[in-house]
Amino acid sequence: MKTPFPFSAIVGQTAMKQAMILTAIDPGIGGVLVFGDRGTGKSTAVRALAALLPPIKAVESCPVNAERVEDCPDWAELGSKKIISRPTPVIDLPLGATEDRVVGALDIERALTRGEKAFEPGLLARANRGYLYIDEVNLLEDHIVDLLLDVAQSGENVVEREGLSIRHAARFVLVGSGNPEEGELRPQLLDRFGLSVEVRSPQDIAQRVEVIRRRDAFETSFDSFMAHYTDEDSRIRAQILKARRALPKVHTPEEILHDCAALCIALGSDGLRGELTLLRAARALAAYQGKKTLTRAHLREIAPSALSHRLRRDPLDEAGSGARVARTLAEVLG
Amino acid sequence: MSALTDSWQRAALALRLLALDPGSLRGAVIRMRSGPDRAAVIGALPVKTRRIHPNISDEQLYGGLDLSATLKSGQLIDNKGIFSISGIVALTMAERCGADLAAKLALQLDADPDFGLIALDEGAEPDEATPPALSERLAFCIEPEGRMPPGWPSVPAGTTSIAPRAVAVNSSDIEALTTLAAQFGIDSLRAPQLALAAARAHAALHNRLHLTEDDLEAAAALVYPHRATAVPDQQDSTEDAPPPEQSDDPGNDGQDQDLTLPDGDMMIEAIKALLPPDLLAGLVPAGTTRAAGGGGAGKARKGNRRGRPLPSRPGRLDGQTRIDLVATLRAAAPWQPMRRATAAAQTALAIRPSDIRVKRYQDQSDRLLIFTVDASGSAAMSRLNEAKGAVELLLGQAYAARDHVALIAFRGTAAELLLPPTRSLVQTKRRLATLPGGGGTPLAAALQQSALLASQSIARGMTPTVILLTDGRANVALDGTPDRAQAGNDAERLARMMRAQGTGALVIDMGARPTASLKALAGLLGAPYLALPRADAQRLTGAVSAALGAA
Repeated sequence: MKTPFPFSAIVGQTAMKQAMILTAIDPGIGGVLVFGDRGTGKSTAVRALAALLPPIKAVESCPVNAERVEDCPDWAELGSKKIISRPTPVIDLPLGATEDRVVGALDIERALTRGEKAFEPGLLARANRGYLYIDEVNLLEDHIVDLLLDVAQSGENVVEREGLSIRHAARFVLVGSGNPEEGELRPQLLDRFGLSVEVRSPQDIAQRVEVIRRRDAFETSFDSFMAHYTDEDSRIRAQILKARRALPKVHTPEEILHDCAALCIALGSDGLRGELTLLRAARALAAYQGKKTLTRAHLREIAPSALSHRLRRDPLDEAGSGARVARTLAEVLG
Repeated sequence: MSALTDSWQRAALALRLLALDPGSLRGAVIRMRSGPDRAAVIGALPVKTRRIHPNISDEQLYGGLDLSATLKSGQLIDNKGIFSISGIVALTMAERCGADLAAKLALQLDADPDFGLIALDEGAEPDEATPPALSERLAFCIEPEGRMPPGWPSVPAGTTSIAPRAVAVNSSDIEALTTLAAQFGIDSLRAPQLALAAARAHAALHNRLHLTEDDLEAAAALVYPHRATAVPDQQDSTEDAPPPEQSDDPGNDGQDQDLTLPDGDMMIEAIKALLPPDLLAGLVPAGTTRAAGGGGAGKARKGNRRGRPLPSRPGRLDGQTRIDLVATLRAAAPWQPMRRATAAAQTALAIRPSDIRVKRYQDQSDRLLIFTVDASGSAAMSRLNEAKGAVELLLGQAYAARDHVALIAFRGTAAELLLPPTRSLVQTKRRLATLPGGGGTPLAAALQQSALLASQSIARGMTPTVILLTDGRANVALDGTPDRAQAGNDAERLARMMRAQGTGALVIDMGARPTASLKALAGLLGAPYLALPRADAQRLTGAVSAALGAA
């Protein structure tokens, strides 16, 4: 396994990097959806983020990365009960994965060869306490996406099939990426991703050159390159950890709640998920910036990624929903 | 040197570079028909490749349980998958590779630096091509023209004393390649990375430790042409994106005078000559490839996870299918005494691979006919009643085929969904009979409503076909203003959008005389156009069924 490209060395793409950092601070925000052209560093960023995050402590043989032996599910046959530290898991969900592989299923091999009824954990178990990354999420079959979002929201995977009745913790942050040219995601699914960002190739030559230069340095003079960016990465890591501790203490004034609601009403987003995510993400942002109180500036900064995918789509509005959010922001917040 | 041998020379160069640094260049798309020429090109590859095909199972890719060996021995025995062994893999019939296999291969290309891919693309039409997720990640596209020239150089195993990674690159080289990519409208940043790797390999091939203009030009000529989406305009390029020699970059401290920057214009010209001839044609209307209008029957989808269950059948567990446990046991049951008598190891149940039964499901997506009926004053005058009659007849057929129908009427300033998708014949008839006429013709609004309904129904797994009955005199724009020109423009834009969305359509002109503009609109929609001057309902129905049936 090769070392991922350092997170801090990714040029530009601030919205995407910010969204990912915020979910690392508060996983409750929900997943991140990254839509954009090919070759814009979507998957690079996800892998880089996982490497950036602090390692987790887990029971060595536990299939769901439980922190304590008591938390291990009862169906798991534990071998070593030593607590070890392992990197934050990032599980790739390949396209064409079957439901069995995702949620887990009866261990057919054991059933057939030894006549035993055992549960074979799926990808959701392995992603517990980490990230589940789906490239080309818009090509994934709808029923799998449905299932994933359900589990991501409830934090628990329930398997009731083939005579098995099993549940285990599955708390993970879902990161989906895709290329909008290849297909859309249903609005019901879009709504359930916490944040969504659109990435584009940088249009500025200097920035593009910088991307290529860093990538080249990463490949040819690996050691000096990593030495340079490891410090920067650990600074971001420390900031994330600090923000996690500070998060519960962020004060939310009443008028900010009012602003959230007003903004969502003005945009006509369906349901209340928009307000809730906006608030959570803004609080995480305030914590990241080391602020004690939530202000309108935070809302303004995070609203495009928290709300732009929740709007009713107007097929003739070529400016995209980002522009509509910006317009409404200016109207509501002044 | 003629153009023919030129393209073969480029192919040879690409193969040679690939041999030098497969780790950075990742592979190539070889776009040729199968034959001795292609065999020669593949033979010129530096290493032996393992072949995979577009229908390869996950088990073969990732490895998995060797079921027959496991059942025989009673112990878990694993198979090694293609991905567990690094090396170059050749994907045959790459133009038929589905999006999911492409995504898996792309993932592997990203994760394993030693994994390379040669995509053997036999596509005959421009739209039959290797999935972009793959061709994007591979450096070259080898597509030599004509027959192989005699004595085409076979590539010697690339041995040069210089490793491509040791070749020094200065920042003006990077700038030149990046700028050039931007000028050709190549958005992805993988392209300049691959071009840089190609330039390095080219320098190493010529035993140089730094890049020269030659290297950059060769690399750009090999990596960029098939990715280009725009032809740079010389005037523009000097204004918007300054050619490298004008930019003063602090990192470029001009150490080597003879290592001058390549003349941007000359390189542009060199690549321009290599651009595929159909580039501009391809740029004009995107998404022109679609089966001609009409919906036919709802597309049958053979899934193995949902739908109506079919009888299970003998099969292999390849990670995709689901085992039908009961049927498997039933198949194994009669043999138990015999197997117990002969088996070496005593297991509770003796099950052989031949007993495995897998579940199958069939899922037929329903067809949805969306009738978009013009109830404007002009249509009402001529033949709204005939249209109603025709729709009723079609409804009868739809009922027989268990199709869903939906009804949209447009008049005045807006289109209205009179009936959401339903199978209720009675309800549809009733709504249709009470449909009043009069007012303007908001064709754009009608198309918008139809497109919306179509996309919703696709999401619900139906196969929609829009049947537009109108006299084509659009005179109300999308925003409701009576502006004939704007109305026409809006309608055209929506028609293009619907085509891009892939919705099947059929346009029926119910005006007294055929309208040219409506025929043009049908062209934009990619839909059959039926002009029916003085046709009665019966003939209209006949024409519609013929158009739908033929598709």
